[in-house]
Amino acid sequence: MSKLQRGINSFIEQIDGPIATFFTSCVHCGLCADACLFYTETQDPKYTPIHKLLPLRRIWQQEYTFWGKLMFRLGLSKPVTDAELAAWEPLVYDSCTLCGRCSLACPVGNDIVYMVRKMREGMVASGHAPEGLKGATQRAIGLGSPMGVNLNTVMTHIRNTEKETGLSVPLDKEGADYMMVLSSAEIAEYSEVFSAVTRIFHQAGVSWTMASDGFEGTNSGIQIGSSDLAAELLWRIVRAAERLKVKYVISPECGHAYTALRWEGPNLIGRPYNFQVIHITELLDQLRSEGRLRTEGLDETRMTFHDPCQMVRRGGVVEQPRNLLHMVAPNFVEMPDSGIQNWCCGGGGGVSANERAEPLRLKVFSRKKAQLDAIGVDTIVTACSNCRSMLLDGLEHNNMSVNVVGLTELIAEHLAPAAK
Amino acid sequence: MNPQELLYWVRGTGLQISAAIFVFGMIYRMLHLALLGRKKSLAAPRGSEWGPGLRTMWRRSLVMPELSANGRFTIITGYVFHFGFLITLFFLSQHIDLLRAVLGFGWPALPRSVIDIAAILSIAAMIALLVHRIIDPVKRLLSDFQDYLSWMVTFLPLLTGFMLLRGIGFGYITLLTLHLLSVELLLIVAPFTKLAHMFSLFSARWYNGAFAGFKGVKA
Repeated sequence: MSKLQRGINSFIEQIDGPIATFFTSCVHCGLCADACLFYTETQDPKYTPIHKLLPLRRIWQQEYTFWGKLMFRLGLSKPVTDAELAAWEPLVYDSCTLCGRCSLACPVGNDIVYMVRKMREGMVASGHAPEGLKGATQRAIGLGSPMGVNLNTVMTHIRNTEKETGLSVPLDKEGADYMMVLSSAEIAEYSEVFSAVTRIFHQAGVSWTMASDGFEGTNSGIQIGSSDLAAELLWRIVRAAERLKVKYVISPECGHAYTALRWEGPNLIGRPYNFQVIHITELLDQLRSEGRLRTEGLDETRMTFHDPCQMVRRGGVVEQPRNLLHMVAPNFVEMPDSGIQNWCCGGGGGVSANERAEPLRLKVFSRKKAQLDAIGVDTIVTACSNCRSMLLDGLEHNNMSVNVVGLTELIAEHLAPAAK
Repeated sequence: MNPQELLYWVRGTGLQISAAIFVFGMIYRMLHLALLGRKKSLAAPRGSEWGPGLRTMWRRSLVMPELSANGRFTIITGYVFHFGFLITLFFLSQHIDLLRAVLGFGWPALPRSVIDIAAILSIAAMIALLVHRIIDPVKRLLSDFQDYLSWMVTFLPLLTGFMLLRGIGFGYITLLTLHLLSVELLLIVAPFTKLAHMFSLFSARWYNGAFAGFKGVKA
């Protein structure tokens, strides 16, 4: 079977009731364009979200509608070609971060990003995925991490943390309540998170552990759109969690790790988990409300929160980061469009791993810049390490001097002294 | 067949056939969509699907935040067209008489002057939307044959209906025949084009709201 045929079969397989309903309902009004930062910042109509799905739409017409089928069988409508999928690859991957803003804007209610996610399955099957993302996925499968970090890297951080805090970092502790998973970027670039969670959990009396065979939550399989690879990556965490008999797995500050673990995971592995998944921000807010997380001192700088798409708009963790920020940040201000209408950092959904997309990603950062210019802050707090890297990159590109910090670290910096 | 006989056929057998195609075609389309179904998520829900699904069916009719000038034009003109169309369809006394004959019950009609204004606004909005479809780069790129076909079969009943009420252009019998033929064309085409959105948009919105509700996203 040719790769193209494999891709087309995959498209056909992906079309379910919701997708058929969405295509049936689309009136080509173009309103989704206004919701997409790739369109608003370039004014190029090819970045209209629903346009990115045209090959999938044609397959739907040709396979799932009466007239479309008839026309196709009579040779009156063009089949989807390899060249067409190649031409669509940058639209499906480089100019879509799976942020889901379009899904909130569509007047007929189409969940457009649900369709882009599914379309990527067919794109990968047909061999049309960006090299950068393919490389990241191969590294994740082969080496255990898209950024090439491994257990040795983790062990080094654990040792350093133990030295720095004087606390022990539990590893492979069977029967702990919580298993902490980190993102690739946290391990590679933001390792201060190790000491932050160690100190917070110590103060709050949380029974926790890390797992030597399931420490990384970043899931490139979800981003590239391969359910098989996504499941393979996810199984590492599931097996570790079930081996250690933990009650909860803590999703890290990483948007797509949360989507993979919390929402797609059980469907990828074909059964419900024997544990629950909780986002680190959710857990911290829960500890706060139980009085187990105590902070002292305030950070007087003017601060805002960048809502990570997968955590907020696609994940429902909206109030928790704000509750936490109010503990330490008296000068917290919201960006325009904050919350579920927030604009993406530009690098989600695998865009950050796709070098080809970089110039476009930096160009559309103008949207984030405008949001920030409107409030003039000193510090941006976020709860996704990928957003954090993308924000740093975009700010530097625009010569803006704004600090970017992770929410967990910010809280750890203000932990009440008794527990320090 | 003389004009009288043609009108007799068009308002009798013709209307019955096209109405049957509309009803059964729509039932077939909607049933097909429903039967395609979806895999039930195995993830632990944070919220419910039904309440948010039903709420989204209504809430998406409200104007969305932050739109460009093009977006605002589409929303406003779209509203004018849809309301004008529905008012003339359901509140013109002749239409109510026909529906009463079919359904067995009716409702009060709106005054002719109101219907006239609704029809004129609706016709004007449709023309504006067509022009916008051609000149707006986003809409032009998205548009295919079906978009123009759908526009045409929706526009013709409005236009011929207005001409019939005002006695413009042709005699009464000719205009009534043309109006009925255009309605029949609309009824036949609707189930098999994007005009099926008149029903499917409610399930699209339900899915959207339900997916968000399942995750506890208050969209």
